[in-house]
Amino acid sequence: MQMTIHSLEEKVLEVLKEVHDPEINTVSIIDLGMVEEINVQGRVVNIKILPTFLGCPALDLIKKNIETTVEAIKEVEEVKVEFIYHPSWTSDRISEAGRSGLKAFGIAPPPRLMDTDGSWHVDCPYCGSTYVTMENIFGPTACRSILYCKNCKNPFEAMKPISTLM
Amino acid sequence: MTELNLTTAPENKEAVVSLLFQLADDDFLYSFRGSEWLGLAPHIEEDVASSSISQDSMGHAAMFYQLLEELGLGSADSLAHLRPAKERKNCILVERPNGEGDYMNVPKFDWAYAVVRNYFYTAAKKVKIESLKNSSYDPLAKVALKINIELYYHLLHWKTWFIQLFNSTEEARERMQSAVDRVMKDFGDVFSLGADGEQIVRLGLIEEEKVLVQRWKAQMKPVFESIHLPIPEIPSRTEANGRNFEHTEDLESAIATLSEVYRLDPAATW
Repeated sequence: MQMTIHSLEEKVLEVLKEVHDPEINTVSIIDLGMVEEINVQGRVVNIKILPTFLGCPALDLIKKNIETTVEAIKEVEEVKVEFIYHPSWTSDRISEAGRSGLKAFGIAPPPRLMDTDGSWHVDCPYCGSTYVTMENIFGPTACRSILYCKNCKNPFEAMKPISTLM
Repeated sequence: MTELNLTTAPENKEAVVSLLFQLADDDFLYSFRGSEWLGLAPHIEEDVASSSISQDSMGHAAMFYQLLEELGLGSADSLAHLRPAKERKNCILVERPNGEGDYMNVPKFDWAYAVVRNYFYTAAKKVKIESLKNSSYDPLAKVALKINIELYYHLLHWKTWFIQLFNSTEEARERMQSAVDRVMKDFGDVFSLGADGEQIVRLGLIEEEKVLVQRWKAQMKPVFESIHLPIPEIPSRTEANGRNFEHTEDLESAIATLSEVYRLDPAATW
């Protein structure tokens, strides 16, 4: 019995790797570090998700995509997806796979460290140049900023650093 | 004080509910006024930035309404859209219109007023959220922790505009000064906790008004020093105290506009 429960959790984790950010299809919610807990009780699966930004309009869509994907596993009878706010999602939860997925989409991954004055720096995701300027801290979605690379002359986006130290 | 005690005793629950409505209604109206600027901000990057801030803030309001829903007060959507002005607890400052006209016909909105209102309001919100991180009501403390992180960028944004416009041309400085005067006139109920204030503080939901006001001033001090102005005084009285359901007519028209679509079919699935 113990074995079965264990493997169902693993199956759920496996399929969640296929649930992508609806706005960045090269990264999954696992890569982004949004999945805090998968708990299997018999054939009922409870999944706890950390929202990146509270006003993110993609949250409902993500929830629905998780439900549809996990329900497709034949052993699963019911899926309960819950958004939780503690711990807070932070940008250092993004995995290495997530960071390269972002880059592949043309988005610079969030900087790992901020300077003591709160400023931060990223390199161009296309050419790797450090010669970039910040155009707008706010971008097309809540989690992204708009920058410009003076070297390869491309505008690009970056994931905002988000930390509980802010 | 455990969470259970806080919401099982009726007089305690009343205090929790009162504070949640103040926080929810504040952010809801604040983001509505912000969203009216969409397409009208001084340049396109600012349009992206300020609408993003409005979107985040609407998310914060939704969280507070969600906490009320969990306490059995009704659905978050209906709490946001269907309550009349006389049941709202937002401060007066956030219900004021953006300027003359409206976005449907010849809006003559005042950017200086937007910058000052948004900066002062966000700085006040930051002070409250910091205090709420230690709230005795645990679900609220957790939400505050999350909101706090997002506020970092909002505060940075409005502070930058505020300092830059004050250090700009003579005309900019004059318009900013007159915006500061107008905003401060309405600032008297921003930190007020209303008629339930004593109970709210006694339960440890948030710190008392006096303490919050002192922190706001301390936060503003270096900024006002940099523009060579004294920190403006917060009036002890305002035209109305929104925390006690006293409002201006502007709130009624705002609610009528923002809930128009929702009221067409409250049962619709979005």
